[in-house]
Amino acid sequence: MNSITAFFHTTGEILQLLMESIFWCKAALSNRDKIFRQMLEIGNQTLPVAALISLFIGGVLALQSGPTLAQFGIEENIGGIVGLSFVKELGPVMASVLVAGRVGSAMAAELGSMSVYQEIDALKTMDINPIRFLVMPRFIACFIALPLLVIYMDVIGWFGGAIVSSVNSDIHVPFSVYYRNLSELVDFSDVLNGLVKATVFGIIISTVCCYVGLKTKGGPREIGTSVTKAVVLSFILILVFDYFITRLLILLNLD
Amino acid sequence: MNIRTEISDIIRSDAESNYRLNAPVGIKITKLNKSFGSNHVLRDLNLEVKPSETLVVIGKTGSGKSVLLRHIIGLEGPDSGEILINGMDVNDPEVRKKHRFAMVFQSSALFNSLTVAENITLYLREHKVIKDENAVREIVSNTLNIVGLEGKENIMPSELSGGMKKRVAIARALAMNPDLILVDEPTSELDPMMARTIGDAILNLRKHVEVTQIVVTHDIDLAYYIADRIAVLDEGQIIEVGTPQEIDRSANPLVRKFITTQFEREEGGRRL
Repeated sequence: MNSITAFFHTTGEILQLLMESIFWCKAALSNRDKIFRQMLEIGNQTLPVAALISLFIGGVLALQSGPTLAQFGIEENIGGIVGLSFVKELGPVMASVLVAGRVGSAMAAELGSMSVYQEIDALKTMDINPIRFLVMPRFIACFIALPLLVIYMDVIGWFGGAIVSSVNSDIHVPFSVYYRNLSELVDFSDVLNGLVKATVFGIIISTVCCYVGLKTKGGPREIGTSVTKAVVLSFILILVFDYFITRLLILLNLD
Repeated sequence: MNIRTEISDIIRSDAESNYRLNAPVGIKITKLNKSFGSNHVLRDLNLEVKPSETLVVIGKTGSGKSVLLRHIIGLEGPDSGEILINGMDVNDPEVRKKHRFAMVFQSSALFNSLTVAENITLYLREHKVIKDENAVREIVSNTLNIVGLEGKENIMPSELSGGMKKRVAIARALAMNPDLILVDEPTSELDPMMARTIGDAILNLRKHVEVTQIVVTHDIDLAYYIADRIAVLDEGQIIEVGTPQEIDRSANPLVRKFITTQFEREEGGRRL
């Protein structure tokens, strides 16, 4: 019974933090430098790794599906398959996992350390709302940066698929055929589908990681525990919400 | 001209400033109780602090000193009892509108991503108290002078020693131009020489600034050095309040036990 109560208590507190973050978005303009700094941090932490992993994931997608398509003589459809897989699923999920692992963990560690070393209390004594000062800039930065990162990963992933498709002798689909098929099968609503997911995942990552960070009590050991907890919880919620958002988009005929 | 007046003048000279001049506060705490689980930390605690005085609360580790400070600044809520600031409840929003409180934390609680100057001016900038950059620089320079850290404006907190961090935290509190400063264990984890420097910094505030100060410490030497009055806290209750001379003459065995030097030395430096 205690764990059920704790679950609802934690869920309630996370939702409350989310509502307060949304409320404090009214102060976004006057805090634009903090938001910009957070976005730079997200970019700095993720762009090189995102390029590398999306290039190889695109390549693997082509490598696994290409030869099978070639057996049926429909290998020219590979551009669409890689393109759709990336924009609808792999792009948003991989980008979110990357942001949760690199940026979310840093958020939890930084806010956890600030909680443990009384910096959050210091803000309160100065009548500075910690949610406005610390959470809201991270919330908006993730909200904006994650969809941008997904677009970046989509483009590089498509390119990775195109390279493998043209170079691999079992597939051998030229760049022009690959991109023609991709542009025929992937339309704006598919891209939008992935961006909707990325936006929700951005909200989840920033809220969960900031919540876990702010709730940290104890010492350095607890900061480490909080980081692990924030990342694991973010991963789980990303995958669970991925299913429900996909289901919702299908229901709304947007998938 | 004292430093508080100087800071006030700098702020008021900024045409866009929303600064208000306030007065040091008096505090009355009545029957304050606080428990954490089964641990009854504060037990019917009564205490009065006069405006502009420096009250030092001494007591052994775990006696509830820091919890008392956290109640006064509003970071903790009591289970029962009341804290009145100039006659108004501490949780009354009007109190925060009329008065500014600053706290110097045991860990200094400086923001590691900000420079010393940015830490000191954080309150002024976030509340848009002052917009003129020259005035901001002047306040930073003045407050750093008081704590003896001239020229350290652009240093990051990670480059400072523990004692310097404490002094920056005092400067940050002072830049708020507060009516009440609470200081939590200012000399903990510091060597005796640095403890003396911190004591001088707090004493220096009294010379320059008209403000009520409550300092919590288990350092009895510091208490005698800086206090107008000393309150002795034991098992969550104030057992004695008085001037340092009165505390020195106290017949209360618990007070005597606390203020008596724990390690006596003979001439050669060996313990007796």
